[in-house]
Amino acid sequence: MSGLTKQNIGSFLARQGILVAFALFMIGFTLANGRFLDPDNVMGVVRSSAILGVMALGVTFVVISGNLDLSVGSMMSFSTIVVLDLHDKIGPTLAIPAMFALTLCLGALIGFLVGYLKLNSLIVTLGMLSAIHGLTLTWSGGKNMDIADKEATWFGIFGQGEIIGIPVPILIFALLASVLGLILAKTPFGRKVYAVGGNGTAATFSGIRRARVVFSCYLMSSFCVATAGLIQASRSMGSQNTVGQGLELEVLAAVILGGASLLGGSGTIFKTVIGVLILGFIQNGLLLVGLQFYVQYVVTWVIIILAVWLDIAAKRGKLWSPIA
Amino acid sequence: MTEQTPVLRLENIVKTFPGVRALDGVSFTVLPGEVHALMGENGAGKSTLMNVLGGIYQPDEGQIIVSEQPAVMTSPLEAKARGIMFIHQELSLAEELSVAENVYLGELPKKRFGLVDWDTLYARTDAILERLKVGFDARTRVGDLSIANQQMVEIARALTVDAKAVIFDEPTASLTDAEKVVLFEVIADLQRDGVGIIYISHRMEEIFKITDRISVLRDGSYRGTLHTRDTDEEAVTQLMIGRKLDLSRSESTHELGDVALEVRGLSCGHLFEDVSFHVRRGEVLGFYGLVGAGRTEIAETLFGLRDPSAGTILLDGQEIRIHSPVDAIERGISLVPEDRKGQGLVLGMNCRDNMTLPQVSDLTAGPFVSDGAEVAIFDQYRDKLDIRTPGWRQLVGNLSGGNQQKIVIGKWLSMHPNVLIVDEPTRGIDVGSKSEIHNLIRELAAQGYAVIVISSEMPEVLRVSDRIVAMYSGRVMRTFTSDDVTEDNLIQAISGLGDGAAA
Repeated sequence: MSGLTKQNIGSFLARQGILVAFALFMIGFTLANGRFLDPDNVMGVVRSSAILGVMALGVTFVVISGNLDLSVGSMMSFSTIVVLDLHDKIGPTLAIPAMFALTLCLGALIGFLVGYLKLNSLIVTLGMLSAIHGLTLTWSGGKNMDIADKEATWFGIFGQGEIIGIPVPILIFALLASVLGLILAKTPFGRKVYAVGGNGTAATFSGIRRARVVFSCYLMSSFCVATAGLIQASRSMGSQNTVGQGLELEVLAAVILGGASLLGGSGTIFKTVIGVLILGFIQNGLLLVGLQFYVQYVVTWVIIILAVWLDIAAKRGKLWSPIA
Repeated sequence: MTEQTPVLRLENIVKTFPGVRALDGVSFTVLPGEVHALMGENGAGKSTLMNVLGGIYQPDEGQIIVSEQPAVMTSPLEAKARGIMFIHQELSLAEELSVAENVYLGELPKKRFGLVDWDTLYARTDAILERLKVGFDARTRVGDLSIANQQMVEIARALTVDAKAVIFDEPTASLTDAEKVVLFEVIADLQRDGVGIIYISHRMEEIFKITDRISVLRDGSYRGTLHTRDTDEEAVTQLMIGRKLDLSRSESTHELGDVALEVRGLSCGHLFEDVSFHVRRGEVLGFYGLVGAGRTEIAETLFGLRDPSAGTILLDGQEIRIHSPVDAIERGISLVPEDRKGQGLVLGMNCRDNMTLPQVSDLTAGPFVSDGAEVAIFDQYRDKLDIRTPGWRQLVGNLSGGNQQKIVIGKWLSMHPNVLIVDEPTRGIDVGSKSEIHNLIRELAAQGYAVIVISSEMPEVLRVSDRIVAMYSGRVMRTFTSDDVTEDNLIQAISGLGDGAAA
């Protein structure tokens, strides 16, 4: 066994830095505020992370396939507004599938542009971020959307309901995480996602239809966004047009924090769930120690930078290196 | 030569990485004006040694002595300052910049206010280019140059300082025969100027052509230095791999089967035109030609990566159309591509997953991939192809070139293809594994596979092929049988000299 040299510590930090940082945060928050590890607080954090988490599950597929999705925040606003609007027009039973269909269309469009036309995903989804925002505002006329009679509908169950004492959003998150986790880890499709992200050319040379895989990833991402929009709408029964604004970066932060590489080819659903929880607990901890809510935006940025740095540090096994 | 002061001396260099003794007391000496070959299989420690010399790694023990001065190489800049220059195998040039900017990158001559002194820059660079006798000038954009000329730019970099020793790492990997001649002249020039040269290469014929002495590494330790004049390939190989190579050509004694694949008048724009050939089961058909002769493009067309503009492809006598690799694979046409790391493998994936990738959709139990079926396939082909890996979980990127290539071959064999196309089967693979791959290709033919081998190395095509198609500039010049082929007529055919009339 080699002793604890400076080099060994550096290399350990490089590999496990995220977990170490998370542990330090947790210890710090617990010492600063005893309520932090309170079961109610923990449940609250998980519950409020569920929307972000559901979106992150879909984005995990996209990132592993070697692409980005910056449109999920604005797409989530779209889903929320659409389902709220349709709720009063055609009733929840029809509004929900209609909203899912429309959101999937958006996902299909992105998937077509990135997968089949091979356009750069950063540009496509950045453009879609703005385009979908415009679409949402056009749909709503710029007004907030509210369900007229909040007492008379069962629509609240997805956001506010509980089954055997567990909030429904958490159940949805857990169910979706299990199913998508199995798909990614165990099915031929999942294997192809890793292959396409790891080396798209080699995947093509192995007879994998790369465009179809990328397309499917965006479709799954938009399905997750629609689910998140449903939870959001159901929880608040009313919404602004900008409800999902900025979430795309938090989602990406959670996925990278979990250890998926931005270059594609690595990451797992389980790790993304960990990433989501880390982000949720840190944001909650910051509130509990009495910092303003807005500090979160800055801290989220710091976390993203830290995660990206540690991601490359882990690859080269050093925190810093003169060559890439 | 014994009286000369060595330009570079390595003494007892030891470098360990966690779990590996990468260099175990390596010593050797480079004299001024000598070309000193450094040989060894992949993983023998050549790269590590060069990284120690270049200041990228620090040795644990031992020292580097430049012109009798002990030197501590703290960084690549330090090595350069001491006159140790590297010409890397992988080009590291900025394509959008001019030749001059690349040559003096990082130390552009400056005028007042830190502005670049373009006149001086171009003048100095042109002076160096003149020494190299190249056909382009300092203002040319590097991206517009051929690979060979880009290599020349790398070499020009080494001449900007008063180099004491220049290290060439596999410099001919992407050069044509004509371009090699120019490179060897440059090396001879450097030699005359008293520069010591370390020449790293797997190619024996080059080593015996241009080097004075040969030092061999095996498993991180120094195995000795031979005088090139007094030795031969066999002795060097034995030193490198610790055993003798089986170089005998396994003559095909087995019966040839039916024609598996036939191509008639196949064209693809100007890449290749009117190409016809056939390959039988149990036969190895070699494709030989210069880089750019259209051989890889034919393979890509058969594999559905390009659409032909004319001609027909017949599989077992039936005309087929192939529009994508998916089509090709369904019909049992497999391609082991030229660029193993870029096209053949997902380096970040494990061995098993790479091997089963094309058929993963068929290896299911219910909706999930069947672990057992996958491992069974991997185990079978690991044994069959003698793939050396600690286990299927090993990432393919960590394997040696030879074992990586076997994974790609295993990937297709496990699908039981009708036709196996192998493009540059041993590029970047060390001597020992090379002959294993050659034997493997012969064995596959003996087992009844129809195999097409594309290669730029003449000894290789001669060794593995039953018949050889010689190509020049997109056309088939002649098809040789193993009886009528000689090195001379083969060279003539691929240079466009001996045309089809000779057949």
